[in-house]
Amino acid sequence: MAIRATRRMTLALAAGGLALGLRPRLAAAQLAAPTQAAVDRMRGTRPLQEGRVTLRAPNIAENGNTVPVNISVESPMTASDHVKAIHIFADRNPTPEVATFHLTPAMGRASADTRIRLGQTQDIIAIAEMNNGELFMARAEVKVTIGGCGG
Amino acid sequence: MASPIGQPRIRLPTPIRVGEVIEIRSLISHIMETGQRRDQAGAIVPRDIIRRFEARFDGELVFAMDLAPAISANPYIAFPFKVEKAGTFEFSWTNDAGEERKLTSALRLT
Repeated sequence: MAIRATRRMTLALAAGGLALGLRPRLAAAQLAAPTQAAVDRMRGTRPLQEGRVTLRAPNIAENGNTVPVNISVESPMTASDHVKAIHIFADRNPTPEVATFHLTPAMGRASADTRIRLGQTQDIIAIAEMNNGELFMARAEVKVTIGGCGG
Repeated sequence: MASPIGQPRIRLPTPIRVGEVIEIRSLISHIMETGQRRDQAGAIVPRDIIRRFEARFDGELVFAMDLAPAISANPYIAFPFKVEKAGTFEFSWTNDAGEERKLTSALRLT
């Protein structure tokens, strides 16, 4: 994992992000150590691919106690080709694991919504696990005005 | 002592037609105590969360969720479902103590 972004890539992304207000982050950017460990436990030796996953969350959350998130994945959701699970992590929470959704072809569409707690400004990571074992990742930053871990 | 699992609520859209993908929305009252907080005496308030949600249609598991303390109080969970026939949904919420709260709702076709 932990592919280091080159300086040029980082600058290009930063410039692009500023110009367009884009939020999707370079999926391969470094994660905090506990998040990386949690992701590695889930993925084993499988690579994380980009694409197919859309993670929707507010740019700015005034209240970190309840931040709406939606994850959707491009998939036909048939018996032979479907999303089996979606794993959510919060990179800078006291514990990075947030939720795992278990999906079935009966859903017809691969999507899930919930509301999460974020202790501070940080990236949320969504990893979709396909029935053939492939993993796809998306990442989005949420700026938190008031943290939601009730410390 | 686990906090009570409050009243669950489910919202199915109407009308519902065969072949449609509907969104099922659920909400349940629960404190979702993280286990990170301290009380006024400085003692850690023990973790007490809903840790599992399941949705079955005519007995078949169609969607489930494992929850962590990072899920907000009064967990809101929504997911799609492809309608093939009328039937009965059964939803269940389970807390850390293994206590379960269930709700059934009928899926009727228009």
